Amino acid sequence: MSETSSAGGLPSHFSILMRAILTYFVLGAGLVVALYVASNATDFVMRVHGVIFSLAALAALIAVTRRFGTAFEKPATAGTGDNRGYNFAIVKWGTVLSMFWGVVGFLVGVVIAAQLAFPELNLGLPWTTFGRLRPLHTSAVIFAFGGTVLMTTSFYVVQRTCQTRLAGDILPWFVFWGYQLFIVIAATGYLLGGTQSREYAEPEWYTDIWLTIVWVGYLLVFLGTIWKRKEPHIYVANWFYLAFIVTVAMLHVVNNLAIPVSLMGSKSYSLFAGVQDALTQWWYAHNAVGFFLTAGFLAIMYYFIPKRAERPVYSYRLSIVHFWSLIFIYIWAGPHHLHYTALPQWAQTLGMTFSIMLWMPSWGGAINGVMTLSGAWDKLRTDPVLRMMVVSVAFYAMSTFEGPVMSIREVNALSHYTDWTIGHVHSGALGWVGFVSFGAIYCLVPWLWGKKELYSNKLVEAHFWVATIGIVLYITSMWVAGIMQGLMWRAYNELGFLSFSFIETVEAMHPFYLIRLLGGVLFLLGALIMVFNLWMTVRGSAEAANPMRAIPQAAE
Amino acid sequence: MDWHKLIERHSMLLLVGILAMVSVGGIVEIAPLFYLESTIEEVDGVRPYTPLELAGRDIYLREGCYVCHSQMIRPLRDEVERYGHYSLAAESMYDHPFQWGSRRIGPDLARVGGKYSDEWHRDHMRRPQDVVPESIMPAYPFMERRELNAGDMDGHLGALRMTGVPYTDEMVAAANQDLFAQANPYADGVGELEDRYPGVMVRDFDGDAERVTELDALIAYMQVLGTMVDFSTYEPEENER
Repeated sequence: MSETSSAGGLPSHFSILMRAILTYFVLGAGLVVALYVASNATDFVMRVHGVIFSLAALAALIAVTRRFGTAFEKPATAGTGDNRGYNFAIVKWGTVLSMFWGVVGFLVGVVIAAQLAFPELNLGLPWTTFGRLRPLHTSAVIFAFGGTVLMTTSFYVVQRTCQTRLAGDILPWFVFWGYQLFIVIAATGYLLGGTQSREYAEPEWYTDIWLTIVWVGYLLVFLGTIWKRKEPHIYVANWFYLAFIVTVAMLHVVNNLAIPVSLMGSKSYSLFAGVQDALTQWWYAHNAVGFFLTAGFLAIMYYFIPKRAERPVYSYRLSIVHFWSLIFIYIWAGPHHLHYTALPQWAQTLGMTFSIMLWMPSWGGAINGVMTLSGAWDKLRTDPVLRMMVVSVAFYAMSTFEGPVMSIREVNALSHYTDWTIGHVHSGALGWVGFVSFGAIYCLVPWLWGKKELYSNKLVEAHFWVATIGIVLYITSMWVAGIMQGLMWRAYNELGFLSFSFIETVEAMHPFYLIRLLGGVLFLLGALIMVFNLWMTVRGSAEAANPMRAIPQAAE
Repeated sequence: MDWHKLIERHSMLLLVGILAMVSVGGIVEIAPLFYLESTIEEVDGVRPYTPLELAGRDIYLREGCYVCHSQMIRPLRDEVERYGHYSLAAESMYDHPFQWGSRRIGPDLARVGGKYSDEWHRDHMRRPQDVVPESIMPAYPFMERRELNAGDMDGHLGALRMTGVPYTDEMVAAANQDLFAQANPYADGVGELEDRYPGVMVRDFDGDAERVTELDALIAYMQVLGTMVDFSTYEPEENER
């Protein structure tokens, strides 16, 4: 439909008109529903969200009107305009918004870290308490920052590796802005107290339905682009993106099954209860790590590291073996979040066993990423962007070793419920997800805006070191704090009584919370340095002589 | 690895392969929990929440208490001594959603019911540092000022009944009345409430007899946590898991 640039494929005025009518009908219906909800909502959260959805529908109506207007005047140019027919406008938007959400997410993280050290910062107001801001932080970094990075890079990578324009004309834009709308709805919901209280799946039922619609669109755009590829093979990065999209859809739908109290209210109750609900939730949450934060970002690794290093992927065989074993094994690992709980022990044991097995496919990916530098190790010295990405893979290897260790029941007895888990998560989130995203964006910005290079490699160096020191402070302080608190909880004195009251263990955390706060501030500072660097790059005048030429070699 | 070339060339094969691989774990691990009878032990005493307790639980969810407080005592010596009997699966079988939690920034609350007085809870929610100076918990002074938004408890009970909680028609129909009766021992319908929910605590929880506030509901919920099963008579079945 959108392949309109080639000769003979010009859309007629009639077909544009039909599409316009259909689009108006869908958007108009959406607007009516949103306005109805806004005026009949039974609670404040729903009313606010009805208004936000209405505004979004109005904005979409204006945008498609302008788009169809242009298309109607000059049908030949409809759907083109970018470099070699690729849809890079959407990738540019995504790059900008990735950085925006990254800074927001890191900033909220710094705020809640400060609240744990200084509880007065909760301010005694409902919408500024730790309980509401913590989901805002986790969702902002995972779904707003991470999700936008994944969507953005996947739209770039699938176009380049298939050597064709993104499928669909309006659909990719619907997916992109629809996802941003999901973020806004989720975030405002948390602040106003609309939550399912399921970790990393907090948005209420209607937000979940909206995300499901957007996600189906995402799958269609991605698959549609693969279907019209000009290469016979589907590149390895796209396997990982596809696994991420498909599996997240499955996890999202099953974990969010719920019965709303009223169609005009935000409140719902989960379909499952107690032990079944617990395992469903942690099946979801651990695979949000496995498929959102791992498979998706491995796809980034598989495109950007070979491209930047100008080397083929180290081992084609290894990528096949580790891809299939990773996705098969990951899905079993959820019960390690429920050791020693009321979950039946057979399920705990299965979860632990598969978590330990998961170490191998995880390191398969890490080895494949790092060894891709074979023959180009010198670039680590000269190219700070490449170094950032390789260090991210090192963090990936480290946290995927730590994870299996923590999943062992006896270790988990100590680590569970403590900040050791928080440290573990952040070595993956800051070190792996953060750094590989930064690396990809450092690559993308000069490519997309047609610049020869970044404004300053020195600033990339500065970002790298400031952020690395921040991560090290963060994870070491959380290791110490977590293990210390776990040991204090189980300490007995010589008379056989518990040595410490709970509050004494809280007091002991204070210095480590301060160190963690410093680590978070440094990581945020690094991201701000990056924003400045990217801004100056885009503004700069050093145009690339011959942008966007090289196509990466397929594996093998 | 030649066979893999086939998958690499056909997106739908790849898609189906991925779906097959990621389905197995969930089917083998989660599905049996729904039909294996040994998953949830048989225990006396666990009943659905009263409307007031449920309203309190909704506030507990709304404020994100689960991000700092677990409700799952593990059968480890120190936890049992610190918090009480380890948690049973049956104790959360009406919890939609479960609140087992993942981090103890504050202590476990699975058996907080009856440990502190209502007055302690009121002061604590007003400003935690007044009763525990070293506490890092946020203050929730607005809860005792806010009247409970409680006109639609029948809708809440009805939704929960659809998920399988055994609320009767009578319980759903009387939900709004029951909510107010629990916070006022002199109200009409206290006797019926006690018939419907055995062992229910009826009193003015927040010390403000004029109104039913969010704090009334929250304290009613916290005071019932972990108290439904009588552990002086409970005997674990052998090899129950």
